[in-house]
Amino acid sequence: MLEIDVSHRLGQLKLEASFTCRAVGITALFGRSGAGKTSLINMLAGLLRPKRGRIVLRGQTLFDSQRGIDLPPEQRRLGYVFQEGRLFPHLSVRQNLLYGFRRVPAAERRIGLDQVVGLLGVEDLLARRPGALSGGEKQRVALGRALLANPRLLLMDEPLAALDQPRKEEILPFIEQLKAELDLPIVYVSHSMPEIVRLADTLVLISNGRIEAVGPLEELTSRLDLRPLTGRYEAGAVLTTTVAGQDKMFGLTELRFAGGRLKVPHLNLPLGQALRVRIRARDVSIALSPPENISILNVIPCVIQEIGEEKSPQVDLQLSAGGAPIWARITARSRAALDLKPGLQVYALIKSVAIDRQSLGRRDDIERFLAEDD
Amino acid sequence: MPELTPLEIEALGLSLRVALWSVAVSLPFGLAVAWLLGRREFYGKTLLNGIVHLPLVLPPVVVGYLLLLLLGRQGPLGSWLYATFGISLPFTWEGAALAAAVMAFPLMVRAMRLSIEAVDQNLETAARTLGASRLGVFVTITLPLMLPGILAGAVLAFARSLGEFGATITFVSNIPGETRTLPLALYSLIQTPDGEAGALRLAVLSVIVSLAALAASEVLARRLRARMSG
Repeated sequence: MLEIDVSHRLGQLKLEASFTCRAVGITALFGRSGAGKTSLINMLAGLLRPKRGRIVLRGQTLFDSQRGIDLPPEQRRLGYVFQEGRLFPHLSVRQNLLYGFRRVPAAERRIGLDQVVGLLGVEDLLARRPGALSGGEKQRVALGRALLANPRLLLMDEPLAALDQPRKEEILPFIEQLKAELDLPIVYVSHSMPEIVRLADTLVLISNGRIEAVGPLEELTSRLDLRPLTGRYEAGAVLTTTVAGQDKMFGLTELRFAGGRLKVPHLNLPLGQALRVRIRARDVSIALSPPENISILNVIPCVIQEIGEEKSPQVDLQLSAGGAPIWARITARSRAALDLKPGLQVYALIKSVAIDRQSLGRRDDIERFLAEDD
Repeated sequence: MPELTPLEIEALGLSLRVALWSVAVSLPFGLAVAWLLGRREFYGKTLLNGIVHLPLVLPPVVVGYLLLLLLGRQGPLGSWLYATFGISLPFTWEGAALAAAVMAFPLMVRAMRLSIEAVDQNLETAARTLGASRLGVFVTITLPLMLPGILAGAVLAFARSLGEFGATITFVSNIPGETRTLPLALYSLIQTPDGEAGALRLAVLSVIVSLAALAASEVLARRLRARMSG
């Protein structure tokens, strides 16, 4: 368990953060720039001292203003991957990687150099200096360096924000692999919803220094009341699916979820692979009867659950497809014309090519993590 | 240039010895003061900064005279040093090294302070999260990264020490074989009839030694830079 209850003042921002979450899998801190995300993990790491409060990780008190406890960063054993890498320029990649490892007592070294080098594919870089690395390579080395310190928890502060899209694609699979192979809880700070949907299990929403909601990602992303925080443009629901079939002829992959089947552009994944899919509200249309002679491949029968606050010209509908949430963003005019009401049976039309490919994340058995929590 | 005379060799050897000791002794103090001024905020920081820079603006003779007052046999610190350790600094080459160190100290501190301020403190916090203590971070991150600045400070101090005249002659006098460094030997020759030829030789010698020190530091600095970026 990770328990945080801190307050602090940072210039204009009053940070009052209090939440508890399981220290398993990937916990994402999501909020706009300046919401206090980085300050919060700096407090966790011991780099910023809260004015008042308490931080407890798996039963160990890291900070407690009342009892006068404030462990220095080197005793907290939390790995930290910074946005800008922060590799030591005077050391080789190998020396960078081993910097934290050398300071871990031999008995507590679970992760070794060979494992990390293999995992991150950095064997060719070992003899180089950080100055001679590309942005993506630097970030991989920074990740490896933090892992080799054998931390109890890994903090990642927008580790991909400084990279362009191809470089992000280079790093994301490594983070997914970490989750699958190392049983290391991660706190991941980001303001990019696609990244979070792809990676996170638990979501912590921060706004103006306050925690607005904490819970499983699927649940929070489908709540209409949190939509202003999860982002208007980005609004959408997250579905957990499995790969159910491949259509080789047309290059399509079929995904099964609670509400039916979705056809998406080809994904090179084995049958049965669990996958998380994000469907943006603006890519979903509504029909009262199943349409014919239409190019859209995905027609999912749904029931209207809730109709969001009308902000002309748009309105968001929350639909339930066999229990799975889908959002649709339509015009207020269409809502009135079709006389849509909660409880009504409708058909959600989703363009295959609109499904957010960046957010297609592998779903590895998160139950395994949950079982191993303290 | 014809061979050096025994007197010239003596003056040169003494100068090098005085300058090297001056740098070696002031290096740890210079680092400490540079760190204090560059990284810490404390009451009296402006005062410390002023005192450190005093030798830069005071006439060297004044510094030498103050050293004599303080460290002479009758001086408050000098009498204690003599009574406790049997050490007497005036009129010795060790005293010359001290005078040179005091005069060169501001130059050394300035170079080091600039370099410590240029070290990215984010790298230091990163090292802390990797398990290094404050001292560990200083030794493994801060110190190596400020090495070019330490080198520059040391070379400046060395060159300044080689040329030290006013404070030296006031504090330790001009004793052949003990405190007569190159500049003092040069001064003595100028005071002597028919000494100009010898003075010129010493002047050329001084130029050569200083240039050699600068060249050596340049080579070292280049190597350091190559190590950082390559």
